[in-house]
Amino acid sequence: MANIDTLNSIASQVRRDIIRMVSKAGSGHPGGSMSSTDFITALFFDKMKHSPENWSRNGKGNDMFFLSIGHVSPLFYSILSRSGYFPIDEMATFREYGSRLQGHPCTEKGLPGVYMPSGSLGQGLSVACGAALGKRIDKENNFVYVLIGDGETQEGQIWEAALFAAHHKIDNLIAMTDWNGQQIDGSTDSVMNLGDLEAKWKSFGWEVIVADGHNMEEILATFDAAKAASGKGKPIMILFRTDMGHGVDFMSGTHKWHGKAPSAEQAAEALKQLPETLGDFKI
Amino acid sequence: MDILKNFPNSGNKDTRSGFGAGVAEAGRRDSEVVAFCADLTGSLKLDEFQKENPDKFFECGIQEANMVDAAAGISLCGKIPFIGSFANFVTSRVYDQIRQCVAYAGTNVKIGASHAGITLGEDGATHQVMEDIGMMRMLPNMTVLNPCDYNQTKAATIAAAKYNGPVYIRFGRPSVPNFTPADAEFEIGKAIKMVEGSDVTIFATGHLVWEAINAAQVLSDEGISAEVIDIATIKPLDTEAVLASISKTGAAVTAEEHLIAGGLGELISGVIARSGSLYPMEFVAVDDKFGQSGTPARLMKEYGLDCEHIVAAAKKALSRK
Repeated sequence: MANIDTLNSIASQVRRDIIRMVSKAGSGHPGGSMSSTDFITALFFDKMKHSPENWSRNGKGNDMFFLSIGHVSPLFYSILSRSGYFPIDEMATFREYGSRLQGHPCTEKGLPGVYMPSGSLGQGLSVACGAALGKRIDKENNFVYVLIGDGETQEGQIWEAALFAAHHKIDNLIAMTDWNGQQIDGSTDSVMNLGDLEAKWKSFGWEVIVADGHNMEEILATFDAAKAASGKGKPIMILFRTDMGHGVDFMSGTHKWHGKAPSAEQAAEALKQLPETLGDFKI
Repeated sequence: MDILKNFPNSGNKDTRSGFGAGVAEAGRRDSEVVAFCADLTGSLKLDEFQKENPDKFFECGIQEANMVDAAAGISLCGKIPFIGSFANFVTSRVYDQIRQCVAYAGTNVKIGASHAGITLGEDGATHQVMEDIGMMRMLPNMTVLNPCDYNQTKAATIAAAKYNGPVYIRFGRPSVPNFTPADAEFEIGKAIKMVEGSDVTIFATGHLVWEAINAAQVLSDEGISAEVIDIATIKPLDTEAVLASISKTGAAVTAEEHLIAGGLGELISGVIARSGSLYPMEFVAVDDKFGQSGTPARLMKEYGLDCEHIVAAAKKALSRK
């Protein structure tokens, strides 16, 4: 198991990457990227079985990760490059013409680690269900992970997939919700109240775990618990309680940084709060 | 000239049954074939595949969006998923899902669209989609097939399974003549010359191919030589065959169970416009309106999609030469 301090230091670099990518591009989505950073870091750097250097889109022999909330692409690109899927300096091309690092992830340009385009919300859970069924047919003993957003669960298709996964007993699927309570127009409570998410997923027949999405020790234990709950006829949902924009004081806990790039001064201020642990990508 | 004798009807059949038989046969030929259906297994004739492959058939209930994306997901694992529903529910209802996770993603999903067009009949306008060809052919990466009878639909379905990439296959509900050879292999992207002619070309697709052949017989009896080309693949269009025929006959009619907007007629008019030559052309299609309940035959007549209207359109095109 990776050292907790090591994972936290990787997470600090990932948040730096997010700020630097979005700031350089002048647009992008830092808030949700930073709320999901800790548990996605734990997943890629400790809990997931994957082969960054020999990645194949068919995912055979490995766990697969799907990002349903495509707008948190800065997080995804940082995690992928820091894991070894592609050179870290490519992060400097984020959102540029011709880049493999499109504003929202795509497969057309062949970026390793991206199985499916995302951006239009509500679709990734269904995609993950399909991939999990594929692994079941092939009698593969690997997991399919998917990250959805709490605001995204306002999409009806999420609940189609919720029914489908339970009905077909897709128990090699571990879904994660970034439960940061914020979306573009404001808090999820004020925009479209999600009610009791835990009760909702349970009532749909899922195994549900609620965890602190910023406590590395708890995150690692949660993934272990999720894996232990697999193979028992129920899909698994981890609801990670998080703060949007976590890691930078003036960006934390507000919807205002959902889809806004920090200015050069703001970026400099943010980076002061995030130690450079693995070396920044070159701009 | 007896044109119809070249097209013996082996017995009326619905094209959707050709799809069902095709999926079952594709499943026997390739163990990677899987199928999803949204509470319309009987209507799509997927029962045979389901019976032979219970572990590779996934009932989705009434949730088409999830079905499209689940199929896209399973295709990544090397599976060849067929999905099936009524044509409007697997196009307009799920256009965003198809756009992002099938067309843009380039996933190997085969979309089976039944009950297409006005010949769905009594169910009425909510179910009679006549915009689907337009929607599907607008999507980059999408292959669009619109076979004309049972045999051709079965062959097109088997060909779609072998082809690597997104495919939309359109077919219908009514029993119609089954007149193409049972053993003909379907070649994606190839137009099929059904009747050789010299005065006017009728480019027809789907159920309208049979009407076009009958129209060619009527025209022949009146001394007009019509060529009939079956555009079984709408996209990629066999542009070479289209131009070869029209440059020979000098006039064109298109016939389809679809709106003019986005349909075969517009597609071929674009080919003509880019060819550098001008040819008179008439459209047998529905002009900017929805359908309604009625028998398929009555609707075809009222909406101007039958043999009689093709004959009139051919004469009009000829008169404009």
